[in-house]
Formats: sequence, C-alpha cells, structure tokens
Amino acid sequence: MLHIVKKDVPNTREKIVVRLSAVLAALAVASIIVVFAGANPIELYIGIVQGCFGSVYRFAATVEKMVPLLVLSLGVMVAFKMRFWNIGAEGQFLMGAVGTTLVVRLLPNLPLPIMLLLMIAVSFLFGAVWLIIPAFFKARFGTNETLFTLMLNYIALTLVTALQYDFWKDPAANGMPKIANLPENALLPSASGFNLSILMAVIIVLVMYYFMNRSKIGFEIAVLGESENTARYIGINVTKTIMIAALVSGGLCGIVGMMQTTGVSGALSTEITGGLGFTAIIVAWLSGLKVPFVVVNSFAFAVLLQGASYIQTAFQIPGSVAEMIQAIILFFILGSEFVLQYRFVSDKTKSEVA
Amino acid sequence: MNNDYVVKMENITKVFGKVKALDHVEFSLKKGEVHAILGENGAGKSSLMNVLNGIYMPDEGHIEVKGQLVNISSPKIALDLGIGMLPQHYKLVDVFSAMENVAAGSRKTTPFLNKKKILDEMGKLIAQLGMDINPNKKVYEMSVAEKQSLEIFKVLYRGADILILDEPTAVLTPQEIKNLFEIVKKMVGTGCSVIIITHKLEEVMEISDRITIMRKGTTIQTVNKEETTPQELAGMMVGDVMELNVPYVPVARGEKCLEVKNITAIDRNKVHILDQVSFDLYAGEILGVAGIAGSGQKELCEGIAGLYHLKSGEIIFEGENIVGKNPEKISQMGISLSFVPEDRLGMGLVSSMDIIDNVLLKDYRNKKGMGISREVSRDKAEALVERLNVSTPAIENHAVSLLSGGNIQKVLLGREIELEPKLLVTAYATRGLDVGSSQIIYELLNEQKVKMKPIMYVGEDLDVLMSLCDRVMVLCEGRVTGIVDPRKTTKEAIGLMMSGVINEGEDTCSIS
Repeated sequence: MLHIVKKDVPNTREKIVVRLSAVLAALAVASIIVVFAGANPIELYIGIVQGCFGSVYRFAATVEKMVPLLVLSLGVMVAFKMRFWNIGAEGQFLMGAVGTTLVVRLLPNLPLPIMLLLMIAVSFLFGAVWLIIPAFFKARFGTNETLFTLMLNYIALTLVTALQYDFWKDPAANGMPKIANLPENALLPSASGFNLSILMAVIIVLVMYYFMNRSKIGFEIAVLGESENTARYIGINVTKTIMIAALVSGGLCGIVGMMQTTGVSGALSTEITGGLGFTAIIVAWLSGLKVPFVVVNSFAFAVLLQGASYIQTAFQIPGSVAEMIQAIILFFILGSEFVLQYRFVSDKTKSEVA
Repeated sequence: MNNDYVVKMENITKVFGKVKALDHVEFSLKKGEVHAILGENGAGKSSLMNVLNGIYMPDEGHIEVKGQLVNISSPKIALDLGIGMLPQHYKLVDVFSAMENVAAGSRKTTPFLNKKKILDEMGKLIAQLGMDINPNKKVYEMSVAEKQSLEIFKVLYRGADILILDEPTAVLTPQEIKNLFEIVKKMVGTGCSVIIITHKLEEVMEISDRITIMRKGTTIQTVNKEETTPQELAGMMVGDVMELNVPYVPVARGEKCLEVKNITAIDRNKVHILDQVSFDLYAGEILGVAGIAGSGQKELCEGIAGLYHLKSGEIIFEGENIVGKNPEKISQMGISLSFVPEDRLGMGLVSSMDIIDNVLLKDYRNKKGMGISREVSRDKAEALVERLNVSTPAIENHAVSLLSGGNIQKVLLGREIELEPKLLVTAYATRGLDVGSSQIIYELLNEQKVKMKPIMYVGEDLDVLMSLCDRVMVLCEGRVTGIVDPRKTTKEAIGLMMSGVINEGEDTCSIS
C-alpha cells in the first residue's frame, strides 16, 4: 500500500528543477501529437518562439495577450489572498466592458484623455460592484462566494447578450447582432501595435506590489486570509476588510474590460473575455499569490497563447492541436505542483503485520 | 484465559516525541461492567482509549480482547473485534436522517438502501434499549442529546459490544444525563461492556462498577465503587502536592484593577458556558483559574478580551464597562489589554508568517498613513529573540509554525508583554512546553507581577497553579466554585471544587 504524505516546504532550486522538467516532459509528450498532425515537433517548437518574439509586431501581439491576463490575475490574487474564492473575474471583466461602453453611449463627444479617465473609473466601479454583491452576502450571511461569483458570470454574460442582440444592437450593421464600434476619441492610443494599456498595466503592477506588501490594508487582508480568529483577535474589522478587498479585486477585473474594449476589440461583445477570467485563476494560483510571479507567469501564458495562434497559420495545423499542446503543458505544470508538495511512502505498519 | 475479562491491556506505553503519553499502563474490562476512567486533563485517558480503538499504535505492551491476543491497527479492526468508540465531537451528516446516518458507512449496507430492512433492525434495537430515536428525523433538527443517542446507536448497530464513551456528559443537561445512564444500564443488561471517560466524581459514583484512576500517563489504581469515596478518588486523581521549581514571588497586593460582575454566556448548544461568574483582580497578583477543560475558561478569557459574546454581566476595567465591546473598540478606548490565547497559532499568531510580521500584527496600526513599516517590528523581533532566547534560524521568511511549541509561545507571550499592557490574560501558557521553556514563562509572568501588573493565569496543572498564583479561582461547568488561597488549602479541596463541590468559605483570601 502506498500513502500520500505532505512534504516539507521545497526549496527554490528544487522548485525550478521540477517545473523545468515538467515543461520538458510536456513538450516530449506533445511531440507525439504533433507528429500525428503531420508536423516536425522541433520545428514547431521553434515556430512557437518565433511566433512570440520573431518580430516587433509578433512581440506586440504577445504583450497584448499578456496585459489583460496580468491585470485579471492581480485582481483575482487580492481576493484569493483573503481566501475569498473569486471565480467571477469573467463577469467583472464583462461588467467593466459594459461600463466602458455606457460612458461612450452617454457622453460620446468627450475629448480622449477625459474619456479614458472616465472609462477607467466607471469600468472599475462596475467590476467592483459585481464582486461587492457576493462579498456583502458573504460577510453578512456567510453565503458561499464560489458559487455566487460563478453564477454572476452568467448574469453578466446574459446581460451583454441582451445588449448585443437587442438594446444596444448597431442599426448600421445590416441586422448583424453586434454593438457599434467605439469612436476614435474612445480608443486607446497605440504605436507599432503597443497600446496604452501596457503603461496602465505597469502602474497597476507597481501599485499592487505596494498594496499587497507595504500597505496596512494589504497586511490585514493577508492576516484575515490566514486566520479569521487572529484577525478578530488583533481587532481587524472583518466586514470592512472583506469589502475593501472585493472592491480592489473586482475593480481591477473591471478595468480589464475597459482595456480590451478600447484597446483590442473596439466594441463590446460576448466573446470579449476569451475565457481569460478563468485562466487568471490558474495564473494567480501558480504564482503563489505573489505579484512578481504573477507578472512572470502571465507572460509565460501569453507566450503559450500567442505561440499557439501563430503555429496554426504558419504550420497549417488544426487549432485543436495547438490547444492540445497548451493543455498538455498546463497539465504537466499543475501535476508538478503535486510532486512538489507530496511524496509517496509505503505503508510500514501494514507490511510489518503481513 | 480468564473469560471474565473482555479487554486486558498490559504494559501499554505510547511516546509522542519526548512526551510519554502512556507509561506502562494496565487496564482491564470485565464483561457486563461499566468501567470509569478518571483523571485530570492530560492524564492519558483519551490516549489509552485511542490505543484500544486502533487510532494509536502502542510502542510497547499488548492487548487481549475476549481472550485473544490482538493487534489493533485501525478503528475498523477494533470494530471487527466489537470495540466501538463514541467520538467526543459527533460525526454525523446534518442533512441526513437518523436512518441514513446509520446506514452510511455501515458494512451491512448493500449498494442500494434496503430501507425497510434497516428500519426493522433499527426498530428492534431501539425497543430493546428504550432509546428515543426517530429514524426519519434529520440530524439538523436534533438536540445534542439526540445526536449522542444516535452516535451510540450507530456504534451498536455496527455490532460493537464494547463501548467507549469519551466525556459523554459534558454537553448534556442533568435530565439528559439521567436518560443516558438509563441507556447505558440497559446496554450492560444486554451483555455490552462500557468504558466511560469522565472527570465528574458524582457521575462516576452513580454509574460505574469499577474505577481506574489515571494521572500523568500512568494508572494509579483500579478500585471497586463500593470500596471508595469521592474524597479518596479526588485525592488519587490530583495526587500528592509535588515540590515544583515554580517560584512564588510575594508582592504586596495593589489596588483593584478589574472587576467582573455576574457575567453569563451561552454557547452554541444553549448551555450556560459561563454562569454568573464574579471576581476581582488586583495589581501585582496572579489569579489562577483552575478547572476541568471546557468549564468555561476559554469563554471567560475571550469574553474579557471582547471576543466572546456575553449575555449579561459587567466587566469593569479602569472604571469602564467593556462588555459588548470588540477588541478594536477596547483598544480605541485606550485600554491596553494583552491576551495570550489558548490557540497560539490559530488566534494569537499567524502561523505562516515570520516573527517580524507576527510582531507587526500588534504594531502596524501605530504608524500613521496607509503604509506599514517592518523596521520597528524588526528591531522588536530581534530584541525579543535575544531576550527570551528564542531558538529560530531567522526572524524573516521563516514561518513561526516551523518553530517548536516553546519558542512559538515565547514569541507570543514576549510580544504581548512588550506592549506593556495594563492587564495580562494568559490561557494555558505552558501547555505542551517542556520544563525549561515553562520555567522561562513562569519567570516572565513573575517579572510582570513585580511590575504591579494584574495577571490572570488559566492553567491545568494544579501543582503549578498552587505554587505560582496568589489566589486560585476554580471553575466548574461555568460557575465559580471557589476562590482560595493556595497556601491555605489542599490540593484535594481544589480537586473537589473542580468536580462541582462548592467551597463554603467564600473567597477565603480576600481578608488576607
């Protein structure tokens, strides 16, 4: 009989070795699929790298994929640090995008800088409200935030669908169910494919680093996440702390809605999130809820995403193969977490009896 | 083989790390008897029963069950031998009915529930024992006593004829206790043997046939009920007064600092966990609080610290009533109160944080603005580690949970004392600590006493309480059964008060 036993905390070197070997093993296994799809694995892997860093344009595309994931992951991280399982980043993202579009519809003629600032504020607010609702019920009545936030995703999605197919449907789109593109004065300025959201992301990373590591409220969130009893013992106002964390977490996810609408898609639609709100959960968790690692891991995931979309066109392989490669790598990395934290031991007492 | 004995445990020894939880313990159970195991907290009662139930493997000794030498390596094997233990904390599925709870996990159950068959079998057993169980009632609708009956029933249904009850009466009302004892008597009548762990003398005298007294991991004696008295049992339970190296420092008592008046609290099971508790605390004294575990000590401490809801009563501290105020409010009122809780890692400290951050817990509010600074806390942490000789590889990036129990306590107590509080409340400050670490803790407390701090010390070791404290208050089931001068009373007398005998000479030392 084998038992699974929790290990001591692994050191940094062990972590790096295990994770690197996980990636290598994943690539080896993925090669089998690549060969069946009729491509040369080595060339394909080189292709992924070229697809991400091969030219300024491609690198810009990688960064463009990284930015929303990074900000979403930071948002999710704040809530997770408090052991508040915000599975609703998708919904907060959508609501942020709704808020952004609402600003343009109500005040279409604002000059660009004021327009952008207002959109940031409103998208933050919309995202925040979408998380403060479950946070309030959690703090007040002890409801389960996992289910609550998850279900709010579908409400947000349904709302956007209703807007897209009915209320905000573009009459000029020949009956196509789409919301009108944003006007020039509501788009993020960009140069060589790099848009202003990168600067916003840099500022957010710096602010969040301070927030999590150097601010009173960040410290209180961490204490509350570790032990509610300790939090009460040292006199932290538990309800207030939960609400503030929800405000920041939901607000950041909401801002991503603004970044994507104004910087990438140009219009609100149901497809705008691309499932990033869920990917962010993985990124935040793999990063151990630490800001620097969130940055690194968001970049790694962006490379996977961009590489996958590049090889589809460059190697003429089906999109599903690219997705399978992504999935295998992810599977191995998550699996390596198990290796890092647990080990197998044989059941000694049983064998003595036998 | 002597078939009269269904269980014989000989020479049982169990060591946890450096601590001998059981030291060559002897225990035997006759068929059809009720056998009480009596002892203070940490005497080894539960450990011994966990060995019998297959939860712990003994390091030495052997066990005979029904004449067979056995190796009980899991609760499942114990149950196969007919040994069933009633858990202290009930393990029932709230949303299931009684019948479903009985069926769940029973090896008699087939993949599809044969409800009729189970109901029939249950009905028979219920009638036989005269239990008050409605098979279709959901667990969440049940009272504590009903849940307990159901647990007993579950064990019997699975075929156990040797039943271990671990502190079964702690959560019951007197009427419910009476019912429980009726059931126990009926079970014995049907050929079961029952082991009952308790520390309530009156119950022992009422229900048991034989009594085994344990103290500090050893069996003191096994006696027949007819041949003993509660006084003798109390004496054996607490033992002779031991000479301890716990120094008593005489200090002239200062003025009254804390006045607790008739506080009452009700716990989740609607039991009066604190019942009209009143006492005073003076500057420069250590007031010990003695009592069996769960007599309201935790609630008393947390009530004073503003962490436990008190239903009524007053706590006057520096002229202000602090009942109904949470810790945030209390500190805003400028009252510096240090509380060293029983649950060090779960309440006093954050287990995954390092020493600096744990010192910061009580410091970070002092800095103005939004930010925190670890510089001041770093200095304090360094000073603390140095002064109390905390053995740690680092004060930074080394979680306090990785330290030994003694060092964890030094960090916690050191931090609280460093705050120069006007009142110090400690709960089980030396629990789980070795002699050396305990000594340092006692010295720290005495130091504070000399500085004319009022100190409340909740403890479990009577020897320590009696030599360290100026006065000892005894709690039993949430009531104060006496406040005595340990230098003018006997250990046996305190033992009796812990078992619920109210001390006649009220507050014998307020005159001194």
